[in-house]
Amino acid sequence: MPQLKIPTPLRPYASGESTLTLEGETVAEILEAMVDLHPQLRKHLFSETGQLRPFVNLFLGEENINQLEGLQTPLEEGDTLLIIPSIAGG
Amino acid sequence: MLPELTHEEIHRYSRHLLIPDVGLEGQRKLKAASVLIVGTGGLGSPIALYLAAAGVGRIGLVDYDVVDFSNLQRQIVHGESRLGDLKVESARDRLLDLNPEIQVDIYNEFLTSDNAFEIAEPYDIIVDGTDNFPTRYLINDLCVLTGKANVYGSIYRFDGQASVFDARVGPCYRCLFPEPPPPGLVPSCAEGGVLGVLPGTIGSIQATETLKLILGIGEPLIGRLLLYDALDLSFQSVKLHKNPDCKVCGEHPEVTELIDYEDFCGMPARDHEEGSAGAKWDITAVELADRLKAGEKLRLIDVREPHELEISHLEGAELIPLGEFASHLSELDSAEEIVVFCKVGTRSTRALEILASAGFKKVKNLKGGINAWAINVDPSLPIY
Repeated sequence: MPQLKIPTPLRPYASGESTLTLEGETVAEILEAMVDLHPQLRKHLFSETGQLRPFVNLFLGEENINQLEGLQTPLEEGDTLLIIPSIAGG
Repeated sequence: MLPELTHEEIHRYSRHLLIPDVGLEGQRKLKAASVLIVGTGGLGSPIALYLAAAGVGRIGLVDYDVVDFSNLQRQIVHGESRLGDLKVESARDRLLDLNPEIQVDIYNEFLTSDNAFEIAEPYDIIVDGTDNFPTRYLINDLCVLTGKANVYGSIYRFDGQASVFDARVGPCYRCLFPEPPPPGLVPSCAEGGVLGVLPGTIGSIQATETLKLILGIGEPLIGRLLLYDALDLSFQSVKLHKNPDCKVCGEHPEVTELIDYEDFCGMPARDHEEGSAGAKWDITAVELADRLKAGEKLRLIDVREPHELEISHLEGAELIPLGEFASHLSELDSAEEIVVFCKVGTRSTRALEILASAGFKKVKNLKGGINAWAINVDPSLPIY
């Protein structure tokens, strides 16, 4: 099953977990599985209309999923999807 | 015409001169270069120290703050003897002690849309060592509008990011992050903490990138975002692409001058001010102490993380960490009077917003958090 890496600032909303192994064949499906498991993540990652918020970047390998097939990007066994957060500390 | 090096400088920079990629000409490029470093904190410390040591001829430092005890865990340009002094003065003195051959300009002010063009004007490269979203967007837009490279670094707890945003040849910060996260989602280092050495790693990468840009060597981090995880000790880089719809560097830019960045981000640019929910919702530590002493029944909710209780706690307070707050609303009674608090009042302001939007009316935010209580009510508690 594909894995999803949860960035540190979002871990409090995912019971502190850093990596989730989730069922799903596309990015959209794996995100749906993620919010089913950790409902608090929904409002942080998605707008009221269900769109991914613009500060959320998803990468598969080195590529932003927007350069692939967006939320419909297929995922394979062993793929790791990365959520890259905006952080501002200095 | 590049400036010549004196014999003393040749001696000082001998280890650079031995590298063929730097050599005498490279060192003269460094001497001719000018770099503005915004922030003289965790990131700004190693950036400024290494650039000064490397012989960057003119370094500008921007910071409005003074050296605080809690800075010394990571802000290595400052020392205990400079507590309470202006950060820019403390840093300048340290840099000139390290290398009196260079020029250090100081700007003891807050970088704003009003002063940014003037402050940045004399410098070739801007390095972002700030600690907040509004100033990061300001620096990005400033660099896009003036055609300068923005050497970016950012840290949180054990995580770091670095990149070089140069809209002339690659993506900008807004191409990656068109909008900031909603206020409160991403805690600042003042709220969430940071490993002291983390800014050393990321700041050193920013200093490296700055030197490479000046020397024109290697592959800069343009079009790449470097991600560092200190716990796994892993570096990973991902590709960044220019966003044709970017509001500042895209094909049809909407942002053509500097805007109000605090308004754009919905948060203040100073990250460690006392968290306030506004006069209507705030209660001061002294007021709270008086009301408790008078025997009033108030329900105290501590929204910090469990490990923070060991540092300090208030008698009778219940712990509901902010991350779990929304799912515990059913345990609270809107008929009761509730006071929420955290370390400085930032997280509790978020908790108060959750309560207010759920219809709770009798709720207050402890202004300045438990640290304000330690200062004004119970000096036996530590301040952290």
